[in-house]
Amino acid sequence: MKVAITSTGNSTDAVLDSRFGRCSWFIIYDTELKSTEFIPNPNIDSIEGAGIASARLIASKGAEKVISGEFGAKVKGVFDSLNIKLIVIKEENKTIKDIIKLFQK
Amino acid sequence: MIVAVASGKGGTGKTLIATNLFALLSKASYNVNLADCDAEEPNSLIFFKSTKESASEVRQMLPLFEPEACTYCGKCEEYCNYNAIFLLPEKRIFRLIEDLCHGCGACTYACKFDALKETEISLGEVGMYRVNSKSKLVEGRLRVGALTPVPVIKETIKASLDSEIVILDAPPGTSCPFIHTISKADYVLLVTEPTPFGLNDLKLSIQIVRQMEKPFSVIINRAGLGSDDVYKYLKKEKIKISMELQFDKEIAMIYSSGKLVIESRADIYQKFVKLSESIIHN
Repeated sequence: MKVAITSTGNSTDAVLDSRFGRCSWFIIYDTELKSTEFIPNPNIDSIEGAGIASARLIASKGAEKVISGEFGAKVKGVFDSLNIKLIVIKEENKTIKDIIKLFQK
Repeated sequence: MIVAVASGKGGTGKTLIATNLFALLSKASYNVNLADCDAEEPNSLIFFKSTKESASEVRQMLPLFEPEACTYCGKCEEYCNYNAIFLLPEKRIFRLIEDLCHGCGACTYACKFDALKETEISLGEVGMYRVNSKSKLVEGRLRVGALTPVPVIKETIKASLDSEIVILDAPPGTSCPFIHTISKADYVLLVTEPTPFGLNDLKLSIQIVRQMEKPFSVIINRAGLGSDDVYKYLKKEKIKISMELQFDKEIAMIYSSGKLVIESRADIYQKFVKLSESIIHN
């Protein structure tokens, strides 16, 4: 299974980015292969609909779960209809490494 | 002549000024219309006895998806500037995010397979209300949930222009709805209050009005509250104060019971007379 995580940087030491649509990086973690892919978010400067464009990116990568600090209403609707699960983490300064560990148990 | 009554901050007294100015001019036998451009929550109508003459719907174009015809080529998504189309070709998924659609028609133009037809949705309504033989109130009312009031504001202003004097009660803020409203004005009255929020938002609106090269002056409402920072700022910037209304509980009570302040307070009536003279002879 692939999990998408919003990140402030392009390493697993970076902390979770609390925004979804306009986060700095997307990290796609593959729980079977234990591999990570780093994708710079091309939608940071979108005037409108950054969330929808980011949702498309995540869905096209085949992620089944998405982890971020928050999701907007439009994005939730799209992810729900695609059966992609949303996980909200409110703790500040949680690193990507910590989050990946949750899937390794 | 088109006069916009605007402010950055909400609740400074735009509608108080616009409705009383309109009432005064209309009683003085001017041909005057009031356009309530605060389409997200119009309320100027409360202050007048009027009869509804007509109403027209404001519509926006929306693409209608025909799945059988779609080849999932991705052209529509590529043409959409607003990310309103969510397309996953590999899963044959097409979603239109209505709230992001501006109705520009680029996607229907882009589609070479007739998979996107044109349809329309309602954005709101423009209502025409007769106040007396020489004046009417035009109210823009946005449909709850619609993305932007700008198309409704545009139609509201258009429907109000058949008069010698037109007063535009502008929406609050300094974004598109505000900019669109004042872009149609010959003169802008910026209403503020002497508080830090009032001053901050006044500065933002002055920046925009200056950039748009509109003649303007400032009305200070609830004078006596807060500090004299706003006066210092206006003096430094050499901006004219066209009226001051003191902070007065009675004014607030008259206003909140849906009545016109000029009808029961002679002192305020005199202030509006001076204000109207200064604008008309400007």
